Amino acid sequence: MGFAQIVGGTRHVFPDLRALLACATPFRSGDALAGVAAESAAQRVAAQRALADLPLSHFLHEAVVPYEDDEVTRLILDRHDAAAFAPVAHLTVGGFRDWLLAEADGAAISALAPGLTPEMVAGLTKICRLQDLVAIAAKCRVTTRFRNTLGLPGTLSIRLQPNDPVDDPKGIAAQVLDGLLLGAGDAVIGVNPATDNVDNLCRVLGLLDAVRDRYAIPTQSCVLAHVTTTMLAMERGAPVDLVFQSIGGTQGLNTSFGVSLSVLREAHEAALALKRGTVGDNVMYFETGQGSALSANAHHGVDQQTLEVRAYAVAREFRPLLVNSVVGFIGPEYLYDGKQIIRAGLEDHCAGKLLGLPMGVDVCYTNHAEADQDDMDALLTLLGVAGVTYVMGVPGADDTMLAYQSTSFHDGLYARAALGKKPAPEFAAWLERMGLAERTPEALPAPMTVAGLL
Amino acid sequence: MTAPTLWRDLRRFTSARVGLGRVGHALPTAAHLDFQEAHAQARDAVWSALDTASLAAALPGAQIVASAAPDRRSYLLRPDLGRRLAEGTQLAPRPGCFAIVIADGLCASGVQAQAAPLLAALIPGLERAGWDVAPPVIATQARVAIGDDIGQALGAAMVAVLIGERPGLSSLDSMGIYLTHAPRTGRNDAERNCISNIRPGGISPADAAAKLLWLVAAARRLGLTGVGLKDEQPAVLEGETPTLLK
Repeated sequence: MGFAQIVGGTRHVFPDLRALLACATPFRSGDALAGVAAESAAQRVAAQRALADLPLSHFLHEAVVPYEDDEVTRLILDRHDAAAFAPVAHLTVGGFRDWLLAEADGAAISALAPGLTPEMVAGLTKICRLQDLVAIAAKCRVTTRFRNTLGLPGTLSIRLQPNDPVDDPKGIAAQVLDGLLLGAGDAVIGVNPATDNVDNLCRVLGLLDAVRDRYAIPTQSCVLAHVTTTMLAMERGAPVDLVFQSIGGTQGLNTSFGVSLSVLREAHEAALALKRGTVGDNVMYFETGQGSALSANAHHGVDQQTLEVRAYAVAREFRPLLVNSVVGFIGPEYLYDGKQIIRAGLEDHCAGKLLGLPMGVDVCYTNHAEADQDDMDALLTLLGVAGVTYVMGVPGADDTMLAYQSTSFHDGLYARAALGKKPAPEFAAWLERMGLAERTPEALPAPMTVAGLL
Repeated sequence: MTAPTLWRDLRRFTSARVGLGRVGHALPTAAHLDFQEAHAQARDAVWSALDTASLAAALPGAQIVASAAPDRRSYLLRPDLGRRLAEGTQLAPRPGCFAIVIADGLCASGVQAQAAPLLAALIPGLERAGWDVAPPVIATQARVAIGDDIGQALGAAMVAVLIGERPGLSSLDSMGIYLTHAPRTGRNDAERNCISNIRPGGISPADAAAKLLWLVAAARRLGLTGVGLKDEQPAVLEGETPTLLK
């Protein structure tokens, strides 16, 4: 079935839902690269009008990636909760936007989440301005727990990201201390390993767990290795709090990441069996990002933002503690400049929250993108207003291992201060206890030394 | 009791931007401008070109090829072009060989400096292991997957792509190596193994060559590269042996 809309005297025709969603997407380089972007501004707004008139229920009858070919589509449709969907079943996409902005509250949105498909949510975000994406996300309530409580109203958490180019224990420890001094680390202390090697993984896991244990920090650690490497580490008895994996919105993309739903299920069960969480059992950590499916040639002609939201259906299957879009990491061929990165970050956050995920954003850019610190300040501030669950904390915003710029520990302090946000309550209490909450740290507290951690 | 560690002393342990101090919640002016300077240099590095002539002069028999991307801007916006050889590129078949590709990637300076020292350590090791090593192919405006096209054209059993990594603020000179068994057009990234951060302050060319030789031997034994080939050799670190905790 196709769709048609007249704009400015011209009749625009869209052959299927896939084309309608793609043409309705605000411009970004990745959709042009894929050859699915609208060919004119008029065609784009025609698609947006047609999309706004589409009943939400239509999304249950037309898949953008064939059900027979793709386990993510099967997951989305097989898991759809018709009872949860009932309150909005009579609405169009445009009516859904109006309902979210005017009437819905946090409880209603939480109850609705299992009734929403990623494609419905993607469609919604395509007809939202930035302020709508902020306002809708700010209504959502998503709380997760492991050793602390993330996502409570009035909080903003930080992943402490002490990456080192060679996983040098001293380099990692020094960055961990720097971050703790500046109030970061309540979301997770999470290292991207320089090499995906099980010995190395066990070594870094041991270091992070020892730091946490030594100072009794109410947080969790993670080394962001491939899920299969983390499973080997768990078999060896390594202290694995959270299982990490990069995921995507199509089976083909997940295959290119070397994962499947069954592998993720196996890892999830193994991590749950360790019972390391003290206040909850959300044990998974996922990262995603617009453009990755096209990058892996697994996009099925679907626009990159719709595919990104489909990745969140994979994530929600495993009740994660943390999910973040690494929005500006992928490069200018997918998100060309600060304008495109800012919009994508707000889309990803809003869509993830509507689907019930504890959504963070890696507010970031690479040196081959047309973006700079001013763009990151804008996105960070907007996300803070939108109630983002967490952002990254990297020393001086410079990740020396991954060679990109993310938010700094200072940026986290700025956002909390400017927006009146606090860390997760357990972590905030720990900062108070350690005397780190309000001080300008000329010196480390007496027990904290790099040597003491090694 | 020892004296307390000063915050700025953390810099002794890492090249990361730790111990910067703070004014209010922000960076002090000098640290802020240090960052701006580093970003400006990295932006310029993205647009630097590989000096193929001097690289070829150091590598006997090397052949220079180009990807299908006509210029830097096209390269940045069209990664698909950077993954393919330019139309009409001729490479002499060398069935069963070990192919080496040197690609500019997103920053030429690291490859420029480190490809030759790495190959000086790598090629003798490959030859000792019985490989027929093809002369290096130098590829411009190239991405990792151009190694699949090149490997397929040569009929190579394996290909190692040495490629300039995206420049970071603290690393304008970093090289990565991607190893692919049975390269052919259409391979995906889960079918490769990667060694990254080969640069001063990261992994040395000699250590990277040793690691690659280990991966090549394991790949030959297993008949594959990628997530099925776990890097299980003991961790090799520069300097002292890591101290175990607790």
